[in-house]
Amino acid sequence: MNKTWNNKAWFMVLPVLLLVALSAVIPLMTVVNYSVQDTFGNNQFFWAGTEWFQEMLTSDRFWAAMGRNLMFSAIVLAIEIPLGIVIALNMPKSGWGVPVCLVSMALPLLIPWNVVGTIWQVFGRVDIGLLGYSLRQIGIDYNYVNDPFDAWVTVIGMDVWHWTSLVVLLCYAGLVSIPDAYYQAAKIDGASRWAVFRYIQLPKMNRVLLIAVLLRFMDSFMIYTEPFVVTGGGPGNATTFLSIDLVKMAVGQFDIGPAAAMSIIYFLIILLMSWVFYTVMTNYDAER
Amino acid sequence: MNDTVSRVNLAGTAAPSLAASDKLARSMRRRGDESRFWWLVPLLYILFLMLPIYWLMNMSFKTNQEILGTFSLWPQSPTLRNYQVILTDPSWYKGYINSIIYVVMNTVIAVTAALPAAYAFSRYRFLGDKHLFFWLLTNRMAPPAVFALPFFQLYSAFGLIDTHIAVALAHCLFNVPLAVWILEGFMSGVPKEIDETAYIDGYSFPRFFVKIFMPLIASGVGVAAFFCFMFSWVELLLARTLTTTEAKPISAIMTRTVSASGLDWGVLAAAGVLTIIPGALVIWFVRNYIAKGFALGRV
Repeated sequence: MNKTWNNKAWFMVLPVLLLVALSAVIPLMTVVNYSVQDTFGNNQFFWAGTEWFQEMLTSDRFWAAMGRNLMFSAIVLAIEIPLGIVIALNMPKSGWGVPVCLVSMALPLLIPWNVVGTIWQVFGRVDIGLLGYSLRQIGIDYNYVNDPFDAWVTVIGMDVWHWTSLVVLLCYAGLVSIPDAYYQAAKIDGASRWAVFRYIQLPKMNRVLLIAVLLRFMDSFMIYTEPFVVTGGGPGNATTFLSIDLVKMAVGQFDIGPAAAMSIIYFLIILLMSWVFYTVMTNYDAER
Repeated sequence: MNDTVSRVNLAGTAAPSLAASDKLARSMRRRGDESRFWWLVPLLYILFLMLPIYWLMNMSFKTNQEILGTFSLWPQSPTLRNYQVILTDPSWYKGYINSIIYVVMNTVIAVTAALPAAYAFSRYRFLGDKHLFFWLLTNRMAPPAVFALPFFQLYSAFGLIDTHIAVALAHCLFNVPLAVWILEGFMSGVPKEIDETAYIDGYSFPRFFVKIFMPLIASGVGVAAFFCFMFSWVELLLARTLTTTEAKPISAIMTRTVSASGLDWGVLAAAGVLTIIPGALVIWFVRNYIAKGFALGRV
């Protein structure tokens, strides 16, 4: 759509600008402020320069949390994206099955995140949970409270349960936009199932898949509530991801300076990822 | 495309009988995944999704003795006591009321502010528009953990801690950008000629917006409102940080119960089931837009 140049449009954006300034810019300025100062209490602040940033970037704790978070995002993406594609390809094409599938698959997406945590906390318990109890019955020594590996399995299982449907729904939306004629042409050419997927379905899903990958990466990168409810970051620090560590540092220990520096680094990474997302979106919009 | 296909078809099969070509056309309409057990995949997946939810519901109808004492796949002596506790104890049901108050406030604020902005983004170019649009996105993607502490201090300074409006405003952080992006997606689907015709017909801008434009994007407004509602409803970190007693959301009340020692599992499960219900009720109406909403209006 060719848009007209009109700077008065700024007035229409003003309410949004004010709201977001209040809820984003001012708090972010506070964070920047804290990240370069030190305090000994009594509301007295001293200039600390880049001290906190240096401390953060050389601290094992930060890099460990970052590593765990990146690993979590990678595992989650590696499971959810292929699984989502397979399920989307096998969705019913028409009839009553479509709304039933859409509604039941979307249900986990709409559950409050801490309830998702509660559901899995209960589900995985070895004494009263279906999953934990069954695993124990078939002889697997499963205990997500004490065993780091089991905790990881539980947290990843929970995320797959929670968010795979997003990938399914996005891919499905891409698939239904393919005209029947494409399939008919493929049939006439005697294309194999794989060729249909590779040359017709995958190119059409390109855009939605990119959105799915980026959204899943961003959301798994800032995950807090679900693992916090299930494991509380434990056992030890095994499932302490960036957000959990940050809240622990800022609210729990009240180490404002390091926490602020960490927030800024965290935010810069998010900014970079958002930029990738935005570039992808605007490029596709331009093609459209 | 269809033309070509049918022409090729006729040439290739040398004018087959009507019935045969009908059958061919029908078989061609299928997608090429001929395996007869395709339905197993979605079925198994839905089973996997429903199992933990079923377990929660199962627990919510049991007494605590039964939950801890015997392992059973369905309630042996179903009871409504857990729900009764929640619906009669103010410290529980007020959590739901608090949640609903700030969620509705947030939805109204976010969608109202986003409507003109989304119109501006979809119709006009102005100084810094792309930067602004990008900056909005970064707020949607920002981790709430970064904002928890500054929010707490900011709202303390204004004496807004433990009020509904504090949470509603805090959730604008991600919901306003979300609403702008979704609405912009829907508005860009409305041809610009409609605006121009309306102006020629002598409509003023506000009248055009309310009388002509709003009905055209009604589904978009509904979807944006639904997603604002949902994301505000599912968020816990900010809502918990900004409230203490008076405006405490149900999700925070639940975590408090989890951390206490003598756990009332049955009540906890019942509270969980009750938080799923709002989503489950409205999901039917937005089923065709779920993907679009989660993808910020870009599908």
